[in-house]
Amino acid sequence: MRITFPHMGNSHIAISSLLRELGLDVVVPPPCTRRTLELGARYSPEFVCLPLKLNLGNMLEALEKGADTVLMAGGWGPCRFGYYAQIERDILEDLGHSFQMIIIEAPDSNILQLIKQVRNLGIKVSWRQLYSAMRMAWAKLKAIDYLEERMHYWLPRAINKIQVEKTISLGFKRIDRCSEQENIPRILEDVEQQLSLLPAATAPAPLRIGLVGEIYTILEPFANYNIENQLGRLGSEVVRTVYMSQWVNDHLFGGYLSASSLQNILKYADPYLKSWVGGHGRETVASTVQFAHGDVDGVIQVAPLTCMPEIVAQAVLNKVQEVEGIPVMTMYFDEHAGEAGIITRLEAFLDMIRWKNAEMGKISYG
Amino acid sequence: MLDKINNILGSDLTTDSAWAGYCNRKNHVALEGQKIKQKSGPRVGIPRALFYYHFFPQWKRFFENLGWEVQVSPPTNKAIANEGIAEAVSEACFPVKVHYGHSLYLSRQGVDLIFAPRLISIERRSYICPKFMGIPDMLRAQIKSLPPLFDISIDLSQGSRHLNRQLRQWALETGLSPHQVEQAWQQAERETDYLNSICRAGFRLGEAIRIWEGHPMAKKGPAALNIGVLGHCYTLNDSFVNLNLFGRLQEMGVNAVTVEMADPDLVHKAADQLPKRVFWTVGRDLVGGALVYDRDPAIDGIIYMTCFGCGPDSMVAKVIERRMKKPFMLLTVDEHSGEAGLITRLEAFCDMLRRRRDRVEDNISPHGKFSYSH
Ligand code: SF4
Repeated sequence: MRITFPHMGNSHIAISSLLRELGLDVVVPPPCTRRTLELGARYSPEFVCLPLKLNLGNMLEALEKGADTVLMAGGWGPCRFGYYAQIERDILEDLGHSFQMIIIEAPDSNILQLIKQVRNLGIKVSWRQLYSAMRMAWAKLKAIDYLEERMHYWLPRAINKIQVEKTISLGFKRIDRCSEQENIPRILEDVEQQLSLLPAATAPAPLRIGLVGEIYTILEPFANYNIENQLGRLGSEVVRTVYMSQWVNDHLFGGYLSASSLQNILKYADPYLKSWVGGHGRETVASTVQFAHGDVDGVIQVAPLTCMPEIVAQAVLNKVQEVEGIPVMTMYFDEHAGEAGIITRLEAFLDMIRWKNAEMGKISYG
Repeated sequence: MLDKINNILGSDLTTDSAWAGYCNRKNHVALEGQKIKQKSGPRVGIPRALFYYHFFPQWKRFFENLGWEVQVSPPTNKAIANEGIAEAVSEACFPVKVHYGHSLYLSRQGVDLIFAPRLISIERRSYICPKFMGIPDMLRAQIKSLPPLFDISIDLSQGSRHLNRQLRQWALETGLSPHQVEQAWQQAERETDYLNSICRAGFRLGEAIRIWEGHPMAKKGPAALNIGVLGHCYTLNDSFVNLNLFGRLQEMGVNAVTVEMADPDLVHKAADQLPKRVFWTVGRDLVGGALVYDRDPAIDGIIYMTCFGCGPDSMVAKVIERRMKKPFMLLTVDEHSGEAGLITRLEAFCDMLRRRRDRVEDNISPHGKFSYSH
């Protein structure tokens, strides 16, 4: 069995570590590129959302590399993601690929189902092995969250932005290669130390931009045209409430590893959106309100074009923006978006915030 | 939902005498309704959009049981649609924009309340669409001069307790007797069962509502060409949105059938053949309906009409398309679609069906897949 799974940002570091520790032969799909998207879009239904197309592209490229088993998450709606795996399997079968698909249907099943299937294939996995594999994967997830957070911090501050990006991506590589859990903290310390040695502008403080929206689009730089780096290079610090560890915990580990931290912020959405609307629609509204109450200067909502929960959230954010007095910009992405247009929109948004802040006597630079 | 209706449904309206008796009784009920109207209480507006087509009789009866007057917005027209398009977020699907338009219309009519329920789920572990879950909040966030909304959450996956609690709460806020309100709702629920039984006699939801309102209608029979038409009720029953699809089909000599006319048990059984349950209520019925039509020798072809930007349909259409052996056509409409393009495609499709049927009658294999999408 040669197992693969679709990308979502840096999650492959933790997921491949988990699968490898379980003794499986893992095929990590090549990183998302234009080709991935073109392949995925060519074989997907025209009007499905972008993550499905990218997933499918990853799967196709991994099958080319010799994978024969695809691991995929499921779900029970109303967001389309819950039915992705079904459609993807249909398409791959129709294209004549022979493979098997293992679907983890949270909350009905979790990583334990995977173990059962693995055992059925005659591969021995002990409980101890599982326990240590999960601990290692969790530690790597936390490391991913940490590195991303440090990048948000240093990119707007450091003068040499390219150096920050290089240092961070080297950090990711080291975490990926690391096979002893004890070494993870040292790697992180190392990275942070290198970053803190880079010359940085000291004042005034960068703009703080909250990033909210559909989780895949937030976490996969290829799906958001690298928005976090773009914002950082333009001198603003990205703030998020959703992190990789949460998603993996909720979807693959059945929520066992930690309680979802998003639960406590949902109350912020109450005055504007009284119901769960699937996906992360309510979290988007809640985070925006929370940001408005805190020291965030503006919020950017990102989502795949036609994403239903985020369209509901977008309509509601109109009001949030007005009542809470926080600038909000919504960006939808599909395979037809262009990077230049996106940078222009980001620049205009940041300029608008600086003006607004200047009017209110707040100083910031960029 | 259909299961429940089927259980409750004692009588079968498929025989003609039962049908005639039914029409008479409905006329009588409609007259009674008018009497209540005279001693008018507050006036509630019901937008003729989204799940109006599934639940209007029930909602109307509920308010009338309370002595309220009910005002429905007129059938969608250009003005209503344009207003909705202007106010709603541009990424929303056409039916949601149309709903905005109807709500705006009603808010200008001086109604005391607009009925905008939050439909979360009408069967266990299934949803309609995230937009149905957020409609009241979307309206409130974007329409300035909106009268109060009656935004009760309908979530049958939580059982009827949840609903009753909200009804009692609403009663207290409105100064009505909680018991009376709960009873009014329970009594009104029967209307949905009636409506569905009319559909089972061969009428689309929109037609069934007209019949329920007391306008008898002749039953249609099979024609030279019989086509199964799939789509959401608010697309198929709003001739502005669907560009008069059914009128056109009729002109072309086609008998069009829709899923609400089929036996819900058959539809559900067919849908259950999929490896994973489709968790969108409408999508599941459409998959089931398509599979039933595909096997039904009386059906010549299948048309699926979807609205541009519809999330669930983008998936469901794929699930259906790959499983169809009969000719299948996917039509995507939005606020910019024109009737001319639609007619051309319908004509081409019908011609093809006729040729194919003639061939079949010449004993050539009926199998072979054709799909046509725009
Ligand atoms: S089901 Fe489709 S058409 Fe209906 S509200 Fe949702 S997205 Fe719009």
